[in-house]
Amino acid sequence: MNRSDARPGLTRSVRDGTGDAAAGAVPVIQATGLGCSYHGRAVVSDVELSVPAGQTVAVLGPSGAGKSTMLRCLAGLEPLHSGSVRFQGETLSRAGGRPRSVGGRIGMVFQQFNLFPHLSAAQNVALAPVRARRLPKKQARAQARALLDRVGLGEHADHYPYELSGGQQQRVAIARALAMEPELMLFDEPTSALDPEFTREVLAVMRDLADSGMTVIVVTHEMNFARQSADRVVFMVDGRIVEDGPASVVLTNPRQERTRRFLDQMLGE
Amino acid sequence: MSFLDKALSEQFFSAAALTFQLTVLSMVLGVAGGVVLALAKGAPAPLRWLVDGYVWLFRGTPVLLQLIFVFNVLPLWGLNFSPFTCAVIALSLNEIAYMAEIVRGGLLGVDRGQRTAARMLGLSEAKILRWVVLPQAARLVLPPTGNQFIGMLKTSALASVVSVQDLMLTAQRQAAADFDYTGSLVAAALHYLVLTTLFTIALRQVERRLDVTRRAASRRSPAPASTALLDPAAR
Repeated sequence: MNRSDARPGLTRSVRDGTGDAAAGAVPVIQATGLGCSYHGRAVVSDVELSVPAGQTVAVLGPSGAGKSTMLRCLAGLEPLHSGSVRFQGETLSRAGGRPRSVGGRIGMVFQQFNLFPHLSAAQNVALAPVRARRLPKKQARAQARALLDRVGLGEHADHYPYELSGGQQQRVAIARALAMEPELMLFDEPTSALDPEFTREVLAVMRDLADSGMTVIVVTHEMNFARQSADRVVFMVDGRIVEDGPASVVLTNPRQERTRRFLDQMLGE
Repeated sequence: MSFLDKALSEQFFSAAALTFQLTVLSMVLGVAGGVVLALAKGAPAPLRWLVDGYVWLFRGTPVLLQLIFVFNVLPLWGLNFSPFTCAVIALSLNEIAYMAEIVRGGLLGVDRGQRTAARMLGLSEAKILRWVVLPQAARLVLPPTGNQFIGMLKTSALASVVSVQDLMLTAQRQAAADFDYTGSLVAAALHYLVLTTLFTIALRQVERRLDVTRRAASRRSPAPASTALLDPAAR
């Protein structure tokens, strides 16, 4: 890969001798020859992506480029047409098989929040720790309260999703994912459904998360977030990665004409 | 003897109790079976076909036929049940077919993103169903289930055909004894109306309880005493 800034402290045991493993650290997530198709039409093809621990990756590209589909493939939510995805060195999914469940170790935040509408904010956060991890309720409640505080919503713990603004709902969704102590956080256009006034508060939480050392992959249209918070930018067109490098390089001096045009358009707004 | 005297007689009250038991029992079994069938509809092919076949059979034939079949044919196979049990069996078998479709609709009504989010949180399929999907489906399923409940109350009158001493049979016997058809039938009608009204009120209560909006409103600002009296759900 382009950079090898894997932190020595986070190095995991090498289970088998792939190229990256030889570099010293097992990437948190690694896609090899990844392909995904809907109704016989390839949506994602030949994606090679390896993300070391602690890195924040912004995935950019025009609509319909396959960014969200790629993210869902990395999450193990879509069957693969070709290639494989490894999570912490172990196969998560490969072509022809059903993706394996990693039980909350990959957290995901969705464009439409997908909060559970019948549960309060605190219950949303505590549900998985209690039901999937058998954490005692009292402990889970305290943890939920702490996580909601962390995303600035401690006051709203007892509110139901319908009582919260879009930005607040999305922050609850982030807290909910964090409750399972994920090793990787995936964001699928987390601010696209938000009014601009609420976008900032969600981005601030994401920035904190990235700064805290979490490994993060974000599909986004927020150029500012990519510029300020991402270590690395991946640019996709027609289901393929056409640009992959440090944010400063890709955003200011892209190799591809297609990327340049896209960036001019986005920044021209 | 006026219709009111009849309606208030012990005979009619015990008949109403039987109608009530028959309705509730058949509905409880119908809903439980309906949930199972609705879930089985999402299963692989052979099981799914079995469910389709069941719904086809029980929705495609009259309940009265099913009732008389259970009452007259099962004993030939060595299965002897009381008339009441026969009625519960027939009515609930029939109800399951309708409830399966209603519950399936409720399950489909829960946004797919809910399951996706729950799966990413590491919940198993069974737990997703129990804690995420079913609670939301329940709200969608409740109004049509209420309809079925009230329908069942009246359909249960068919049980009189297999000699269950319900409101209908009691009214007919009374009329045959004293030739007062008006009084007997009006007395039975009154009991049916009271039961329907009670069911309707009870269902509205359950619906309110499942309504998150009300739950939240009552939690944060206790309603003033005057409205609390008018609205039993607001505490």
